[in-house]
Amino acid sequence: MRDIIKLFLVVAIFSAVAGGVLAAVQNATADRIELQELTYVRGPAIKSILAGCTNDPLTDRFKLKDGDKERSFFVGKFPGNKEEVAFEVTATGSQGDIGVMVGFDLNKNEVVGMGVTTSTETAGLGSRAKTDKAFIDQFKDLPINGAVKVKADGGTIDALSGATITSRGVCAGVSKAIDIYKRLKDEILKKAKA
Amino acid sequence: MAKTVAQEFTKGLWAEIPPFRLVLGLCPTLAVTMSLEGGFGMGVAFTFVLLLSNIFISLLKNVIPKQVRLSCYIIVIATFVSVVEFLLKAYAYPVYETLGMFIPLIVVNCIVLGRAEAFAAKNGVVASIADALGMGIGYTISLSVLGAFREILGAGSLTFPFINYSIHNILGTSFQPFTFLVEAPGAFICLGLMLCVMNMLGKK
Repeated sequence: MRDIIKLFLVVAIFSAVAGGVLAAVQNATADRIELQELTYVRGPAIKSILAGCTNDPLTDRFKLKDGDKERSFFVGKFPGNKEEVAFEVTATGSQGDIGVMVGFDLNKNEVVGMGVTTSTETAGLGSRAKTDKAFIDQFKDLPINGAVKVKADGGTIDALSGATITSRGVCAGVSKAIDIYKRLKDEILKKAKA
Repeated sequence: MAKTVAQEFTKGLWAEIPPFRLVLGLCPTLAVTMSLEGGFGMGVAFTFVLLLSNIFISLLKNVIPKQVRLSCYIIVIATFVSVVEFLLKAYAYPVYETLGMFIPLIVVNCIVLGRAEAFAAKNGVVASIADALGMGIGYTISLSVLGAFREILGAGSLTFPFINYSIHNILGTSFQPFTFLVEAPGAFICLGLMLCVMNMLGKK
């Protein structure tokens, strides 16, 4: 009996120490990891949406509460006191979640662009949502009245051939972002102009 | 037959070089050696884990009861693997992206557990450090060679890890890359060729 307790104790102590070490390392690297993820995962999409801005949108970011979720907003400042804001929403693709970054022009109230950040879509088909320039460019200067849809669903977006579900997912993501933008617009304006 | 510390170190570099001689830890060997960067990054991450786990296990070998030694080894190894994952994410994100799933999988790499069970649990700290460094460096060399071979022939380029410097068209602009070599089946063929060369060289 005493043996069993000893075995149990040894494993328990090992696990506890391991847990402590991991918590410490996680704490120490959390900020740095967030920054790296911003640069390498979200950075490229943000930079292409807010192309031509005079500041660094990765540092000029703020967080807002949206219901029980907290979202990060990236601000791009342009000459002539113009601001654009980009934020990320999650949409459903054919293989799982797609991270969709959507940018808005705060003066004209338009979608200025879209970029895919993370996706597990099929390589060569759905994965093109991240790279196909013709597809991505369709999301430039879209009005924010009503939902964004692919042509097959009565909308204006040409779906990627062979990747209708992905294209629908991206459109749904953009529509979702439009709703969020409308809902939080006053707060976004206040923060972005500050 | 007691070996010196130097012998413990050098055996990992040639006589027992993993994975070519031990033929263990093949899963990452096959999966991440599409490029020099992937192979080298994996080797460094692996060496770090192996070194720390060997040190701790050789220090704690008298505290660990025999019946639960494997679970204790795995806890030690898994902890260091997670530490490596955090560090790579924080300081070498592109390498982390290349290796992806294969970092957590170092936990089940047979070499790490194998060295813990077969060496660190029976030897002192200094010998265990020498063993880990030898094995780790040997593994890094093997993966780098395999990665460089596949990258040069399969993609026609060579990217050096951690310094973001790459040579394009290393074999001239008219070279048509064997894309097959950077795909999964190419890994088996390259590994097979390497094993064959190693055995030819080892034959007396």
